[in-house]
Amino acid sequence: MCLQLVVVWKIFNGVKLQLIELKHPWTQSSKSNNGRRIGHCTEVPRNVNMENLQSGYLFPEIFKRESEHIQKFPDASLIRLGIGDTTEPIPDIITSAMAEHAFSLSTIQGYKGYGAEQGNMALRKAIADTFYKDMGLKGNEIFVSDGAQCDISRLQMLLGSNVTVAVQDPSFPAYIDSSVIVGQAGKFQPKTEKYKNIVYMNCTPENGFFPDLSTTPRTNIIFFCSPNNPTGHAASWQQLKQLVEFAKANGSIIIYDSAYAAYISDASPRSIFEIPGAREVAIEISSFSKLAGFTGVRLGWTVVPEELVYSNGYPVIKDFDRIVCTCFNGASNIAQAGGLACLSPDGYQALNSVVGYYKENAKIIVDTFESRGLKVYGGKNAPYAWVHFPGQSSWNTFAEILEKTDIVTIPGRGFGPGGEEYIRVSAFGHRECIMEASRRLKNFYS
Amino acid sequence: MLQLLIPRKPNLKGCHQKKLEKIYECYEVVQAHLLPVVALGQLEIDYDELAAAALRCYCTKVPRNVNMAKLRNGYLFPEISIRELQHLEKYPHAKLISLGIGDTTEPIPENIALSMANYARDLSTAEGYSGYGAEQGNKALRKAIADTFYNHVPVKETEVFVSDGAQCDITRFMLLLGSNATIAVQDPSFPAYIDSSVIIGQAGDFEDEVGKYYDIEYMKCRPENNFFPDLTSTSKTDIIFFCSPHNPTGHAATRNQLEHLVEFARDNGSIIVFDSAYAAYITDDSPRSIFEIPGAREVAIEISSFSKFAGFTGVRLGWTVVPEELLFSNGYPVINDFNRIMCTCFNGASNIAQVGGLASLSPEGFQAVRSLVGYYKENAKILLETFNSLGVQVYGGRNAPYVWAQFPGRKSWDIFTEILEKTHITTVPGSGFGPGGEEYLRISAFGHRESILEASKRLENLFS
Repeated sequence: MCLQLVVVWKIFNGVKLQLIELKHPWTQSSKSNNGRRIGHCTEVPRNVNMENLQSGYLFPEIFKRESEHIQKFPDASLIRLGIGDTTEPIPDIITSAMAEHAFSLSTIQGYKGYGAEQGNMALRKAIADTFYKDMGLKGNEIFVSDGAQCDISRLQMLLGSNVTVAVQDPSFPAYIDSSVIVGQAGKFQPKTEKYKNIVYMNCTPENGFFPDLSTTPRTNIIFFCSPNNPTGHAASWQQLKQLVEFAKANGSIIIYDSAYAAYISDASPRSIFEIPGAREVAIEISSFSKLAGFTGVRLGWTVVPEELVYSNGYPVIKDFDRIVCTCFNGASNIAQAGGLACLSPDGYQALNSVVGYYKENAKIIVDTFESRGLKVYGGKNAPYAWVHFPGQSSWNTFAEILEKTDIVTIPGRGFGPGGEEYIRVSAFGHRECIMEASRRLKNFYS
Repeated sequence: MLQLLIPRKPNLKGCHQKKLEKIYECYEVVQAHLLPVVALGQLEIDYDELAAAALRCYCTKVPRNVNMAKLRNGYLFPEISIRELQHLEKYPHAKLISLGIGDTTEPIPENIALSMANYARDLSTAEGYSGYGAEQGNKALRKAIADTFYNHVPVKETEVFVSDGAQCDITRFMLLLGSNATIAVQDPSFPAYIDSSVIIGQAGDFEDEVGKYYDIEYMKCRPENNFFPDLTSTSKTDIIFFCSPHNPTGHAATRNQLEHLVEFARDNGSIIVFDSAYAAYITDDSPRSIFEIPGAREVAIEISSFSKFAGFTGVRLGWTVVPEELLFSNGYPVINDFNRIMCTCFNGASNIAQVGGLASLSPEGFQAVRSLVGYYKENAKILLETFNSLGVQVYGGRNAPYVWAQFPGRKSWDIFTEILEKTHITTVPGSGFGPGGEEYLRISAFGHRESILEASKRLENLFS
């Protein structure tokens, strides 16, 4: 039986299209429009895993709220410290490389068709040399991609539905959502607001934002993000050593997300592979998005060490290569040319400048909240501040801040039940916006 | 092309027995599965090191995905690359002509390349910089796609999802469907449909005797049935993959054939995944989109690509159309789930590529890419004529950039090898596209005109 379908697409300031479903619950009503079936339903059953997703993906939901706010207050001067979208231009030396490559595609000598699915070899080597020097990782263990979010899904496809996963709580929602989609997560339990088969590793100020591994059940896969999105905590060498040992003892694989490594200010490890033994238990994903402002350009990478093997001895790298060749066709050659320029000495220096700019923003944000007596975490090794509002629902805090100061943030609850009472504030923005936000927040919380 | 060496047979002097066995094992594994290691770009394979690693071997306790184990070989096209490289190793002075992998060779029209270059450059200015784009794609591009390709059929821009290519979209759609969906594919067909189905867990076990996956329905497409399956003897499946113009046979389905297909899908409650990546190559009045067929909006999605249309094989841009009326059995719109997948498992196509896409759909750009397509079509014509003149039964080449040549009674990998050995031309053996491709060879029309002409000469020599 089909229900009447009304789908409303709204255009907000010509910026984005957002699908908004009417608030029509999907009932099993057999009658609609006097019992007549409207339109044709296929007999293809909806994937139960998709049904198991609880709501829209977090970031489009934030965007929806932003847009609703603008509609309500069209003259508001909105400051976006929600979705972590980079705002500062990409250094010249990098964009020139991309422009040159793009233009050369119109010449006979310069034209290139399909690239290697694993990525341009020079770029793979440059990534290995820049980020993994002295860790024994080679170019052939680096797979270039169009970004970490895509890699996470490809890794999940690789692993299949029969593995169990552990995530930090709170954590970047793509780990959980992709796990649900692939069918690993089990049923959502409304009481705890957790998926039955996922292990949630609590990361709070009380445990130094590092899970108590002695009480963590064994899972096949452990997602671990450091510097952490959203808490901003960069795990220490000691903590990561514990993690690697835990994985080794349990025969687990760590999927280590180092997308924010460039923001580290202290001596915290920038890669899991700094820890001895990690090559046998870990995959690392990373991205040029926050490192080089490539959020729209689309470039990232995954490291799969040759030593990483399944329980039957089969190397993970072989299967990952197969996935990359079959389910993907390589990152854009133009983006890769940009990536290579990013890793040239001048390019790397230039983009670290931009990273420094955002880090300064983060400092201002942290100082702002601290000056008003609020407990703030992160912001030192990551472009996010994690602010505690004890006793308050994070969606309420989010709404209040948005209403009263026209600043968009992200409610901690969006990152998992462990995020409740917290707000994530992003440091990506023009300095003037950050300063203005700081003023408004200081006013509001005085 | 990667600079690769074929692994040398290991030097085994002085190795103790266990290590020796391990080294041979590694060598065997590498030989049998050349793809994963060689394609990774290793210049040399140190068997000692590999064996030592294997012996030291710490295994995790993570079980290998059984679906991955069901894949029979490496993906088809990297296998072709490997054979090419082996050939070059054997004949370093051979002038190889690659008519295998369908890789475009002609430069992208200047105005399109310039638009991408300018956009890239502007990313270093305050006014020109932009971050994340909409996961569904740039609004103007979505509109341009709807207006250019679907202006005579009702497709809205909001039903167009821009991507980084058809191969990625196929996988994302499989992720959306899940492991419980059943699929039908043409036989022969583009291997990504089957391979992604296996990976997701829909395909069942591979049956060696017939060369097919147990749970996949293979719809024979032969000259005898005019390259359109006999739907009366086709089992019902949830999903029907249908590519037209067809890769590899080159057949463009007629309006009548597609009407039957849509009717079949309607009657069975199935969803057609229509791959129209080669629509630009159609010469006659065969439909260029499934949505030209009335009723298709309720039973089909369409995937397409800028790769073969605009030479964007390395730039990476494609799209999928999901009509609002397409519903799952419980009435839930497929478009909602597709949107969710795009937002969660993807982060949009590169903005630079999208700007190029937009430029290619401008009047000037579109005219320029049509020229390009015309160039490859002329290549196809030359190849078709060559085989015809040699008395080889040949199909396709009129509505697609592929020629499908038949060699009755012969194994396609054997013909492939013979042609490669004797004329230094790479093609693709038909069995790579499924059991229905045995006895056939796919020859691609993507190449410089001189290469196509040279290839023609060599083939004429060989077969006359």
